[in-house]
Amino acid sequence: MAGKTLYDKIWDAHVVREDDNGASLLYIDRHLLHEVTSPQAFEGLRLAGRKPWRATSNLAVPDHNVPTDNRERGITDLVSKIQVKTLDQNCSEFGITEYPMNDVRQGIVHVIGPEQGFTLPGMTIVCGDSHTSTHGAFGALAFGIGTSEVEHALATQTLVQKKSKSMRITANGKLPRGVYAKDLILAIIGQIGTAGGTGYTIEFAGEAVRDLSMEGRMTMCNMAIEAGARAGLVAVDDKTIAYVEGRRFAPAGEQWERAVSAWKELVSDEDAVFDLEVELDASALAPQVTWGTSPEMVVSIADSVPNPAREPDEIRRNGMEKALAYMGLEADTPMSAIALDKVFIGSCTNSRIEDLRVAAQVAKGRKVADNIRLALVVPGSGLVKQQAEEEGLDVIFREAGFDWREPGCSMCLAMNADRLEPGERCASTSNRNFEGRQGQGGRTHLVSPAMAAAAAIAGHFTDVREML
Amino acid sequence: MQPFKNINGLVVPLDRPNVDTDAIIPKQFLKSIKRTGFGKYLFDEWRYLDHGEPDMDCSNRPLNKEFVLNQPRYEGAEILLARDNFGCGSSREHAPWALQDYGFRVIIAPSFADIFYNNCFKNGLLPIVLDGVTVDRLFEETQADKSYRLDVDLEQQTVTTPAGDHFDFDVDPFRKQALLQGLDEIGLTLQHADEIAAYEERRRKEQPWLFFEN
Ligand code: SF4
Repeated sequence: MAGKTLYDKIWDAHVVREDDNGASLLYIDRHLLHEVTSPQAFEGLRLAGRKPWRATSNLAVPDHNVPTDNRERGITDLVSKIQVKTLDQNCSEFGITEYPMNDVRQGIVHVIGPEQGFTLPGMTIVCGDSHTSTHGAFGALAFGIGTSEVEHALATQTLVQKKSKSMRITANGKLPRGVYAKDLILAIIGQIGTAGGTGYTIEFAGEAVRDLSMEGRMTMCNMAIEAGARAGLVAVDDKTIAYVEGRRFAPAGEQWERAVSAWKELVSDEDAVFDLEVELDASALAPQVTWGTSPEMVVSIADSVPNPAREPDEIRRNGMEKALAYMGLEADTPMSAIALDKVFIGSCTNSRIEDLRVAAQVAKGRKVADNIRLALVVPGSGLVKQQAEEEGLDVIFREAGFDWREPGCSMCLAMNADRLEPGERCASTSNRNFEGRQGQGGRTHLVSPAMAAAAAIAGHFTDVREML
Repeated sequence: MQPFKNINGLVVPLDRPNVDTDAIIPKQFLKSIKRTGFGKYLFDEWRYLDHGEPDMDCSNRPLNKEFVLNQPRYEGAEILLARDNFGCGSSREHAPWALQDYGFRVIIAPSFADIFYNNCFKNGLLPIVLDGVTVDRLFEETQADKSYRLDVDLEQQTVTTPAGDHFDFDVDPFRKQALLQGLDEIGLTLQHADEIAAYEERRRKEQPWLFFEN
């Protein structure tokens, strides 16, 4: 019999029962909540007179709607305010731990889970948010769910699930200097497409992935969903264990030793068989920039905006034309000739300490270009912010002309006041360049934190490797 | 949940791939704490020429006449015909809520994003995967015939054209059952509460750190 994949191992350990109709009841170890996708779920519990099955398995935080400046004024947008207040009330009513807006531990839900050690290897982790895939970096099975499932997970500590297929993406070789996890995952999405991973759980493997820090692995798993996969995974190794050690919810003492020996099993067996294998050469990659309205519309910084006239497939050609029209771009324009209005460094993809260090390294001693109206740096959590300030990164950013803000989702999806105006063009370290994502009519280009900082300084896209 | 009934419905073609949940229901409407009332904001940025905000009265907003849902011939459509990777992007269940509230019961596409696909079933909405060639054909036929309707039979798992051609589709048995009967899934799962508790007890012994109490 063939060996087991990492996915098989976690899945098998969590099956409570299997039904003859093909569904499994999967036990859920951890559940993260935020203000946007939970109110209707709590309302459902209330209406049915139900209680959370195990309240301590839940952790909640407001992140999507919170302002990133002048917090002492509270939330001025009334609708946002109601949603955040509703979360506070629901958490206190149902006995769920919450880090409210002015708690230093508050931040983007996918940043605080790992930061607190709430995310641990081998767990099943869910959240009413598609970027829950982020937590897969720890060798945990983590995926986004809808609000009905949020209610189901709260009430039963389980979900009715069907096992997905397995894919392994092996990134061979070493990433060149100035090329980061974000570039690697964008290149992968460019290769397999935004539906390439639909129906699969993707395990990221290979030398380039092993070499990544935990932050880098989180960036990759975060965007597994942009490749169509509900979950991404990276096998556990010494880096995983070192990252977890000593965190608030991590085991300690004798339990720590037991946990570590269990976690060391969390790798795919050598003879495991995947439904699909994909390989790419990481050593050949250059910094990536998206040009269109889907993350798969991506090229290297040295390239130009693709020309739809050269696309043989009609549906794809139409898609490209629509994207170029929305983005206000001419085919064959060199990427480095595209000027920008705003720059956003943040989001659950790239707002951890390592991301801020790399961006600060580029910004240090330089100035944001005059044509940039706003260059925002939004740390992923209060603790990331604190750490960055201890290292003096805030001073570097401020001196260069960046805005240094309070933690939250911010301009990743513009549910708060941080947004693009119609027609504005932005270099963003977030994960989605969909129409209107960062504000109605806004034009988003996805890049790494280093590339975003470089674009802020230059006023247009530029190869950050020349600035390092 | 309402059980799913077979329908004979008018079809509206939405001819673009990768329609994401941000397009289906833009984020400003996610600030609502309710489950209902999203239909009038469905595809808001494509449907209206002005910028929509929650609680807005939509009856006087300027319509984008180009957008397919605004064409009078598609009024009352219950079946949405779409392209690849429909529903990609965020996990927001507001997307199926909006489609359902607008009046859609069925979405046909060559492929769907996983979370969206799953969310549909929780809301009495049936997503049907048909191969690309068939979907191309349905697009052509819908565009050619003003009163084009399709029959959708979930029990039999078939889509039937006005000319009487049948196309079979796949659906997981557990999802089909839940949709046909309009089951309360939480109630069903709680019938297995003993098994969940037994699993939990075993895990608590094997891996106690999973149950850290804060
Ligand atoms: S940062 Fe962006 S992608 Fe991440 S949870 Fe917030 S809104 Fe979603």
